[in-house]
Amino acid sequence: MLTDIQSELTKQITRFRQEKIEPTLAEDDQNEKFRMEIYRELGNLGTTGIPIKEEYGGAGLFYADLCVALTELAKSSVSYAVTISVSSMVQGIIQEFGNPQQCQKFLPELTSGQEIGAFALTESGSGSDAASLKMTAKKVKGGYNLNGSKMFITSAGIAKTYVVMARTGEAGAKGISAFIVPAGAAGFRIGKKEKKMGWKVSPTCELVFENCFVPAENLLREEGMGFKIAVSALDKGRITIGAIAVGVGQRALDESVKYSLERSQFGQSIFDFQGLQFMMADMATEIAASNLLVERAAYNYDHGIKNQMLASMAKLKATDTAMKVSTDAVQIFGGVGYTCEYPVERLMRDAKVLQIVEGTNQIQKVIIARQLKKQY
Amino acid sequence: MWFFTDEEKELQKVCADFAQKELAPEASHHDEAESFNLKAFKKMGELGLLGVTADAKYGGAGLGAVAATIVMDEFAKACASSTLSYLAHTILCVNNIQNNASAEQKEKYLPKLISGEHIGCMGMSEPEYGSDAVGMQTSAKKMGDHYLLNGSKMWITNAQYSDIAYVYARTGSERKNLSTFLLEKERGHYTVGSPIHKMGMRGSPTGELIFDRAKVGAAHLIGNQGDSVYHMMKNLELERITISGISLGIARACVEQCTRYANERKQFGKTIGNFQLIQKMLAEMSSETDMMKHFLYSVAREYDNGHKGASIAAKVKLMLPKMTTKIALDAIQLHGGYGYSREFPVERYMRDNKLNEIGAGTNEVMITIIAKHLLNET
Repeated sequence: MLTDIQSELTKQITRFRQEKIEPTLAEDDQNEKFRMEIYRELGNLGTTGIPIKEEYGGAGLFYADLCVALTELAKSSVSYAVTISVSSMVQGIIQEFGNPQQCQKFLPELTSGQEIGAFALTESGSGSDAASLKMTAKKVKGGYNLNGSKMFITSAGIAKTYVVMARTGEAGAKGISAFIVPAGAAGFRIGKKEKKMGWKVSPTCELVFENCFVPAENLLREEGMGFKIAVSALDKGRITIGAIAVGVGQRALDESVKYSLERSQFGQSIFDFQGLQFMMADMATEIAASNLLVERAAYNYDHGIKNQMLASMAKLKATDTAMKVSTDAVQIFGGVGYTCEYPVERLMRDAKVLQIVEGTNQIQKVIIARQLKKQY
Repeated sequence: MWFFTDEEKELQKVCADFAQKELAPEASHHDEAESFNLKAFKKMGELGLLGVTADAKYGGAGLGAVAATIVMDEFAKACASSTLSYLAHTILCVNNIQNNASAEQKEKYLPKLISGEHIGCMGMSEPEYGSDAVGMQTSAKKMGDHYLLNGSKMWITNAQYSDIAYVYARTGSERKNLSTFLLEKERGHYTVGSPIHKMGMRGSPTGELIFDRAKVGAAHLIGNQGDSVYHMMKNLELERITISGISLGIARACVEQCTRYANERKQFGKTIGNFQLIQKMLAEMSSETDMMKHFLYSVAREYDNGHKGASIAAKVKLMLPKMTTKIALDAIQLHGGYGYSREFPVERYMRDNKLNEIGAGTNEVMITIIAKHLLNET
């Protein structure tokens, strides 16, 4: 059940995505074009800093509310939803681990949606094995010198504020620290832009650091805290990715039901064939189950109930469901579903990445299994 | 395959070499640009592969389903798009002419199609008649010594590049009154609509054929008027077997690429092939691919031996594309972020293969055929 605030949020986003996002969506997907003005308008709607305190310009709401907003937005655009999801994650990091000065300095322009936050952990040689990252931050007078590169960074180039993980000490998780690096810092540039299968409106690039000086005041908390910060952020990021996946699935189902009622073959609507009815019944059931898991994981987080396993389950189940359901939707549409004229092929291409980001689904299984072992 | 003849083994080698040399290096470019590898297509003609099932006297190789499937399998491992265009030309156009046209018509059209001078396509689906193909509404009205064609055909592979189109049209009001026409673009028998942008198979052009009061001489009618449904369905069997060969090629490419990557990529201090989750994906995709290979080629051999049957071809067509989509999705997953980027070919494999669950009859139509056959048998 949605709260009043959630219903209002959903209503506003529905209208916005239909009027402002949908008209240019297919074209923007084709041209890999992100529109900052759309993001800023999403900011005006109050969706770009939902779980952040009001004193920093946020809406002061819950992760559950963010999830509802992302689900609705993802029905049109996974790309904008992911941009908000990642920027909210970065804001969450700064709010939780930053000092008051850092919060004052960096949060307001992110919560308002004027600017975007990005999160840089992955490197070319360290994906799932994030703790083995190689990028270095060497202590120098007044701050740190950053050297190395980051791979697959969402919102690279459009973001203004980057939370970057780099090694300040020993090998392994304990030698990693987190820094806030603003766009335009000397020695920091955006590298190669990835060409991707989907999620094309959202840019993904390499970040390159060559003797990039970061003042000591931009270190988050203290040296060695970086991995802990990253893991705690990813715990939340998983829930929001799950919420996005629910939106993708729901849209795929909505389109499938509508199309199958309209399309006739053999003298009847194709909805009347049991083969398709069963497909759609399965789709609806899986989406409902995913949604409940995501809701519960967000509720737990909002109420301080620590449950990493449930967050992983929500991400795993919701993203696997989005993949399956969007693949089925293309199937239900048949030939037209395979073309770029209808949204379902895009949903399918966009869904796949959800099984990979914020910890691949294999990593979710590792986490779930680890918790299982503890329980027995 | 253990039962391949020496000739088939040789064909396999020739196709694999050709695919490696002419198709693989260009595949990603044509996918990205939505362009067609015309140069390679012409070279298939030089190799004598464009008439793999046609008579030697027209320049064909005179081979059967096993041979055609070998070509699809090897080509698709390198570039599924080029293979789909090859299939539309060879199986849907050339093979149909070979089986159904008069000696005169064959003499006139086959040599140029087989040499690669002409490119062929086939028109069955329409915007409103997909799975329900027999309900088609494109009409051919007899007007003395010619026919007037009106309507359009949708999802036509090779449309933009075609010189010749093998087209079904309605010649009477009762449901099964369909006839076949062999049309020439140059004579103004059809025009082509704007290209259709697709999720995958982007290196294979797809368009609409449009007939606007097109005047077509009676000499372009294939077989008897009103008599085409049987032949149309008959050719679908070979189409379903051979398109499944495209899925097999894609699945083999997935296994090869994943194995290489699992041996190279290191995480947590060891190559990811050491992790059981990765081993499970690899072992399953490899087993499924072997299973598909044996199933497909056995059915193709049976087909060549005269044991034909729409139901077994439908089973092949249901299982291979479906399993390959799953394999290709796993292949992306195994590659993680890299798999989702277009630097690696696995995301293209998935996008390309999805078409095979839809083209040549959707999975759902296959289910209907198989079930109907089962229920009527008992």
